[in-house]
Amino acid sequence: MAHERVRLSVDIGGTFTDLILDDGQQRFADKRLTTHEQPARAVIEGIAALLAQQNLAPAAVDLVLHGTTLATNALIERRGACTALLTTAGHRDVLEMALENRFEQYDIAIDRPQPLVPRVLRVPVRERLAADGEVLLPLETADVVAAIPRLRAAGVTSIAVGYLHAWHSGVHEAQTAELLREHWPEVSLSLSSEVCPEIREYERLSTTCANAYVKPLMNHYLAELERALRALGCAAPVRLMTSGGGLTTLDTARAFPVRLVESGPAGGAMLAAHLARRHQASQVLSFDMGGTTAKLCLLDDGEPLLSRSFEVDRVYRFKKGSGLPVRIPVVEMVEIGAGGGSIARIDQLGRLRVGPESAGSEPGPAAYGRGGVSPTVTDADLLLGRVATTGFVQAGLALDLAAARRAFDSGLAALNTDAAGAAFRLAEVVDENMAAASLAHSGEWGRSLEGRLLVAFGGAAPVHAVRLADKLGIDRVLVPANAGVGSALGFLLAPVRYEVVRSRFEPLADLDGAAVAQLLEEMRGEAEAVVRAADSELVFETQCCAYMRYAGQGFEIAVPVDVAVAGSEAFREQLAAGFARAYRALYGQTIPGAQIELMSWTLTLSEPPLQDDRGDAATAPGPPGPPAEPILLCDADGQQVSAPVLERSALAVGARQAGPALVAEPHTTTFVPSGFAAEVLSDGSLLVSRR
Amino acid sequence: MSDQGPRIDDLKLQLVWDRLLALVEEQAQTLMRTAFSTVVREAGDLSAGVFDRSGRMLAQAVTGTPGHVNAMAAAVSKFLARYPMETLRPGDVLVTNDPWDGTGHLNDFTVVTPTFMGERCVALFAATSHIADVGGRGFGPEAAELFEEGLRIPIMPLFRAGERDETLFAIISANVRDPAVAEGDLYSLTACNEAGGRRLLATLREFELPDLEAVGAQILARSEQAMRRALQALPDGRWREQMVIDGYDVPLTLHCALTIDHGDLALDFAGSPAPSPYGINVPFPYTEAYASFGVRCLVGGDIPNNAGSLAPISVQAPDGSLLAARAPSAVSARHAIGQMLPDLVIGCMAQVVPGQVPSQGASCIWNPVLRGAGFVINPIFNGGTGARPAADGGKDGLSTTAFPSGVRTTSTEVNEVTAPLVFWRRELAAGTAGDGELRGGYGQVLHVEHRNSEPFTVSRMFDRVDHPAAGRDGGGAGAPGIVAIRSPEAETPLRGKGVDTVPAGSRLILQTPGGGGFGDPGARPQALRQADQASGLEPDQGASDVPSQ
Repeated sequence: MAHERVRLSVDIGGTFTDLILDDGQQRFADKRLTTHEQPARAVIEGIAALLAQQNLAPAAVDLVLHGTTLATNALIERRGACTALLTTAGHRDVLEMALENRFEQYDIAIDRPQPLVPRVLRVPVRERLAADGEVLLPLETADVVAAIPRLRAAGVTSIAVGYLHAWHSGVHEAQTAELLREHWPEVSLSLSSEVCPEIREYERLSTTCANAYVKPLMNHYLAELERALRALGCAAPVRLMTSGGGLTTLDTARAFPVRLVESGPAGGAMLAAHLARRHQASQVLSFDMGGTTAKLCLLDDGEPLLSRSFEVDRVYRFKKGSGLPVRIPVVEMVEIGAGGGSIARIDQLGRLRVGPESAGSEPGPAAYGRGGVSPTVTDADLLLGRVATTGFVQAGLALDLAAARRAFDSGLAALNTDAAGAAFRLAEVVDENMAAASLAHSGEWGRSLEGRLLVAFGGAAPVHAVRLADKLGIDRVLVPANAGVGSALGFLLAPVRYEVVRSRFEPLADLDGAAVAQLLEEMRGEAEAVVRAADSELVFETQCCAYMRYAGQGFEIAVPVDVAVAGSEAFREQLAAGFARAYRALYGQTIPGAQIELMSWTLTLSEPPLQDDRGDAATAPGPPGPPAEPILLCDADGQQVSAPVLERSALAVGARQAGPALVAEPHTTTFVPSGFAAEVLSDGSLLVSRR
Repeated sequence: MSDQGPRIDDLKLQLVWDRLLALVEEQAQTLMRTAFSTVVREAGDLSAGVFDRSGRMLAQAVTGTPGHVNAMAAAVSKFLARYPMETLRPGDVLVTNDPWDGTGHLNDFTVVTPTFMGERCVALFAATSHIADVGGRGFGPEAAELFEEGLRIPIMPLFRAGERDETLFAIISANVRDPAVAEGDLYSLTACNEAGGRRLLATLREFELPDLEAVGAQILARSEQAMRRALQALPDGRWREQMVIDGYDVPLTLHCALTIDHGDLALDFAGSPAPSPYGINVPFPYTEAYASFGVRCLVGGDIPNNAGSLAPISVQAPDGSLLAARAPSAVSARHAIGQMLPDLVIGCMAQVVPGQVPSQGASCIWNPVLRGAGFVINPIFNGGTGARPAADGGKDGLSTTAFPSGVRTTSTEVNEVTAPLVFWRRELAAGTAGDGELRGGYGQVLHVEHRNSEPFTVSRMFDRVDHPAAGRDGGGAGAPGIVAIRSPEAETPLRGKGVDTVPAGSRLILQTPGGGGFGDPGARPQALRQADQASGLEPDQGASDVPSQ
């Protein structure tokens, strides 16, 4: 049982490295600054500190769970390896031509993100497969060999190989890999037929190049981490959190590091999934708000919405289409530029706009007194009295509210109102932005928001969660204990999981059930090799999806498939019925008589959801301190009201407090406006409900 | 500017405005995902918006195509003229595909749905999308008259009090090649309006508003004011531009005069050519749409698109000319001309604000219809955009990017899966960018062959094959487009428009046009020039290795 083991969970974020030690009974948290030049250092120091506090030897640790933003940051900051792409001659510019569209109609100055591999390092290789895998032109091995000295001289350390139709057959890519290993054994290799065997060359090559780009860096880091853990005396296996919300082995992470992007948010989604199951909330909206962005994720029946498309580095106001696409299993989320550091300004129509420009953590909000002069969301929250200042004081941060006021007076003078009035408008606008993004996202996925439970974590989320819920017509908000280390907590609750994809185009009418059954069997073998390496004894659940569309459509939808039926007589009817069901759920109707096509298959092996009924509080409630003086805060309707400030650590299970009130904890504050009441649940969560 | 109705609180105005923008975006997203025509789903050939009781557009989704910008905005008042507000009841849904009442050709269906709070209409939602087949000869410029281009549906009810009009559905079913798809698309238009309406009612209740009139008046007044302010920052005067384009069979000279007068901007296409005997004629609403887009992408681009921000812009074209063609002119391929209009407008603006507007680009999308035994595909390929000078230095043009249209391309792998063709080559075309201090964007080159050595046909509506994108202020022209058939023996050039057969064993060669450059080529920084040479994109450097025939 999971309970009896000693587990460590580590989440490296852009600013902080969060750690949790779970000894099977209790959890203990640690938070320290990320050591960017040597990320493993903060991890090892944090682990050593946590173990020492609990008098545990490193050898006592059974399992290390780990997520990191290093791969994402390397992509965004373009700090990855010097990467080359070997690609089909005649198609050298797939990465650069992209989808040939503009993601913003009314701005002629937009640019697509720079490809990770510049044209000089995109090497044309003569070879060609047809769509059915037939060799139209054999691989010209001389092209590969001839490129090696030039690429070496250019300082290349990582190579992506991406040929047309490698989603169907990896034969030429495998031959190329063999040549490269022979002539250049130390170069890092990523093959599109292995990283992303999925049709559509732009997305596949983009994914493969992203993998190649971060592979040397991630290999180096993971090796360093493993070495440091062993040196500490910890021999426990390490599992990595992936963007799809599952854990995987070190070996798989080294081969496919692109699957590690967005592991932090995925961990948050796993926490929300766990809370959804525990609180029997069949429909949840998770809400994570940090310094720069807010992320929202829909969960139904305890499972987050999953997809296979994600964009790294959306360069234009987080707008869809402005980033580098990667096709990997991901927890589907909407991300908008609304965080504590988001800056407000007045546009030419006199409207107050918030974000996506952010003061980040440096210089940060004006009130932090570190040189920030622009009015931010956190400044507004402070001026409205919706954030308890005790946490800042404990963290040794002297707040400068006068600086915040000055930022409003100078930055938002056009509003013709005082700083408090401007702060109220700012808060309303940022909450409205998040509400609009939630509505658009749920609409896009054909889901409803009504009746959902909003689960809020991340430093700024509990401050804004109840107002957001109110705008969305949501009646209940759950703020888990340790909301500040939500991702690391989520890793402890995540299953071992691995997804394999294959494209196989065929009209449903021509379905070759036996061939598909064989394909799925191969996919299961591949997935099984990965998950068995993580745990040879677990019983894994199989999930399978067909990606289907009406003939001629441009997007496929995921249709859950019962693997046991594959190859049987009933297979085609089941697929047709499943497609109709999924299509109707998304779009409300089906098209009678239209032809249906199959594009791709995914197969996932997953550990069943962990049963863990313990509370999430990392430490026992402390003794109640003296009750704080009531403060004046700005309520939901803009009125100043007197409200109590409660220390969350001092609240007993079952304690209730009607709004207006603040519930304070070290890294965040829950704002409970009038019309809502907060209650402490048995697991330490705070439930805020409409009265 | 004139405020109408009671003033409402600033904060409430902004929140409701933001909500309207969010809900029309949701309306558009829903439409895009549920539509059947590839061009809608992949290319966003659609639009969605919310209108006040008098038919003025209050908000429009940013997802969508400029071709519908002003066209759909103007359509709703035509619906109301035919079916006045007091005759509408809950559950009514109106439709048309009339090129002159909607967005310019029969494939575009516009559906208008009044939203009722109780018995009172509080707003109207409109959505337009491209339906793949409307009968007739099919999409293309070959028809001589509208009647050959398919079924024409005047403004009429699609649903009456929630009951669908069986007569209309029966007529549509009997006149199109794929009735299930047409019906599905009409349902998806209806459903997206309905979803918008539902969300709007919830919003009105939340903000305790009886309708959108007061908020709408404020939105329009503020937008118009902001747009006028942006226009007032420009000098008053009158400027002219002309541009020769390929046309179908004969070159066409397009004229435009742009007048700015104290915050009003007028575009006049006087001197436009006579109508064409082919289906490239442009109904006026489509001319108006792309002409206004030419202004809106340069002036006040971040002001939301609505009746207020469009109000200061007026467009005129001589009635009965190519750009204001009368029924029953053939109009199916009106995009081939319409998409060239922004370059004309931008050419005028280049004289208003020298050094701050782009050079000419490829402009019209290249979307050949490739057809053979057992297959037909209609992929989209783009050329380069013009160099983009700006007050702060500017940028090179974008390579292979749709402008002014906003469409996406289709994947080579998907094209080859759905058709027995091999795209031997599809990559940037070296040397196609117009030179200059800022260069244009590069076009692309394609070599296409039937995989099983069978013939196939290519139907084309391309421009800038004979008349390339011009440079500006000393910048060079982009390379013209190329269409040819290459057999083992010879290469035969083809015109930009027409239908030809690519014989078995031959290859179709396409090269999309490059964008025009800006400024003295001598002023281009050496580092940039060397980077293009190192990339092999300038001709004296090593060309890409391509499999030979």
